[in-house]
Amino acid sequence: MHISLLKATTFFYLAGALLYLYFIITLNERGARLGRMFLLIGVIVHTAGFALRYASAGYTPVTNLFESLSFFALSIAGTFLVVEIRYNLRTLGSFVAPLAFIFSIFPAFLPGEIAGLAPALNSYWLPVHVILLFVGDAVFAVAFGAGVMYLLQEKQVKRKKMGAIFKRLPSLDVLDEVNYRCLTIGFPLLTMGIITGSIWAEYAWGSYWSWDPKETWSLITWLLYAALLHGRLTVGWRGRRAAILAIVGFGAVLFTFLGVNLLLPGLHSYSSLSR
Amino acid sequence: MGHIIIIGLNHRTAPVEIRERLAFPAETIGHALRGLMEKESLKEGVILSTCNRVEICALAHQNFRGVSEMKDFMSAFHGIPLPELDGYLYHYEGDEAVHHLFRVASSLDSMVLGEPQILGQVKDAYGYAGEFRSIGTILDKFFAKVFSVAKRVRTETKVASSAVSVSYAAVELARKIFGDLTDKTAMLIGAGEMCELAARHLVSAGVKGIMVTNRTFERAVKLAEEFRGTPIRFDELPVHLKRADIVLSSTGASHFIIQKQDVEEVIRIRRNRPMFFIDMAVPRDIDPDANQIDNVYVYDIDDLNNVIETNLEERQREALKAEEIVTEEVRSFRRWLDGQQVTPTIITLRRKYEEVKNIEVTKAVSVLGGEDPKTRKVVESLASSLLNKILHAPIAALKKDADGRNQMELVATVREIFDLPESPEQTENGEADETGQASRK
Repeated sequence: MHISLLKATTFFYLAGALLYLYFIITLNERGARLGRMFLLIGVIVHTAGFALRYASAGYTPVTNLFESLSFFALSIAGTFLVVEIRYNLRTLGSFVAPLAFIFSIFPAFLPGEIAGLAPALNSYWLPVHVILLFVGDAVFAVAFGAGVMYLLQEKQVKRKKMGAIFKRLPSLDVLDEVNYRCLTIGFPLLTMGIITGSIWAEYAWGSYWSWDPKETWSLITWLLYAALLHGRLTVGWRGRRAAILAIVGFGAVLFTFLGVNLLLPGLHSYSSLSR
Repeated sequence: MGHIIIIGLNHRTAPVEIRERLAFPAETIGHALRGLMEKESLKEGVILSTCNRVEICALAHQNFRGVSEMKDFMSAFHGIPLPELDGYLYHYEGDEAVHHLFRVASSLDSMVLGEPQILGQVKDAYGYAGEFRSIGTILDKFFAKVFSVAKRVRTETKVASSAVSVSYAAVELARKIFGDLTDKTAMLIGAGEMCELAARHLVSAGVKGIMVTNRTFERAVKLAEEFRGTPIRFDELPVHLKRADIVLSSTGASHFIIQKQDVEEVIRIRRNRPMFFIDMAVPRDIDPDANQIDNVYVYDIDDLNNVIETNLEERQREALKAEEIVTEEVRSFRRWLDGQQVTPTIITLRRKYEEVKNIEVTKAVSVLGGEDPKTRKVVESLASSLLNKILHAPIAALKKDADGRNQMELVATVREIFDLPESPEQTENGEADETGQASRK
């Protein structure tokens, strides 16, 4: 039951993404409204599936690649809905909803059976550590979308060629504001995620920090966002530079999450494909 | 029934010297509408008078004197002999008139395609007609339709969506850079006309404050008063520049008054908060290379003109869509008008023969002795069913063809062979029937 629910969400995210794309092309309001509705249904179904899986597995289902990707897609869709409603940024959906869809595709093709929990993962720290990080990453995904939009729009204004994009995208100021807000929310989540992970590592592996690839790349990601936040607060980095860093930062997020799992073996390899 | 006629002139058919002589200023409109209604072939009338056009829209009886009476009225009211006037006037009747006013109100016939004022002016014209009671059911319905068509055009096409004047284009750009303008400060350097206009738009867009500077300080003070802004001495400009988010400049200076390195310095002090320079001066006031600095945008007059040109092209593309909407709506209004004509015809037809029936029944009953209620009942039911059977075919034919092309002719034929009077009075009964007809569609 929960597996079909989790896999069904791919369809809702696809419909949502397509409707938002339809909206940005035609500017037909109905596209945005329906797109939001589909994403909302997707999030509800997804949450229900997640809860059912939690109930039948007896642990928070974020322990392998299927579960993590699926939860990441849920976090992105949920975060996007919050930002969209807060800033009324419907065009953001055309950039972020496809991300939720893309991350929900892979789990749809992975086996979803509950495989039993590795002993090292059996801890109260599991949900805290993983959920903090995934929600943080989802917030960075939204910042990534806003960053891409900023660069597109900035190019229009700078080059003085007002095309179709100029009309459709929101003002530079709002996009920069989203970048900043996401940073101030995502960065603390990332920080706490890393700290809780470190404490948990002390319990589980007997050391706070052991430079396994996942840890190293988390630190690189953290440093990137720390630099951005610092630059924003002290020197007044903003606009293009902030947008580019948000895009690069999200690249680091993805590599930490997927690249490390698939390419670099280490202590964190609970969630590689081979499992 | 009558049909809709429009006579008028606009910026394309008449030069301003003629238009100003034929305009109806607000204070004369009441008088004019009363004069118009005295014409015997006209039933309802509306007068639209703007600086680019004068249009008289009237509902005329079905004959050929409507147009000439309206022209006579125009000529007499303004005291200009008709031959002198006639060459400037156009006239439209029926569907063409409907089509014309739909286009006018949707701003498809305007000098600046898509300009927004015309709809308000049409609404004013309608308001005057209501005030002076020169409007009746048909034109009332017509104007309601005119407004809904204009609204449809505005929401379904982008014919009025983007700025087509330099000053509006500047404000539109400012919005794309800053989003909300209410916490932004503008600075006006020099006193070019277009700059002042743009400043005015910025003020009405709600900028927080406006600084005004000029080589002659008195001029700055005067302008600042006008915008409720702060006057700044010209030599203090560099000090205040850092407070300005939007800079509008049009001085007569022969060299750049703001250099690239000035902007670099200011943007550092502002911690990269964006700046938007609008340079309307020729020769230019602001070093165009400043546009290369991050978070700085410099537009000169050519840049703005290019923006407008792109926007105008877009409006023209959108206008094609708008024309389709108008054509479609003309058809829909035509259907309403036609249905309008079927219904009163049926009512008149029924009423005429009900009267005949009543007279004949009374006669028959009195010949038969008349006292017995049963006799009266039999005679009456005979007459009623006979009448219903005879009238059933023509009424069914009228209703059946309510959407058809030949309907006007059919109505005319029915009126002729049953010898119906030209103009039936509307009754409560008729209105009930009319809504029934409408809901069946």
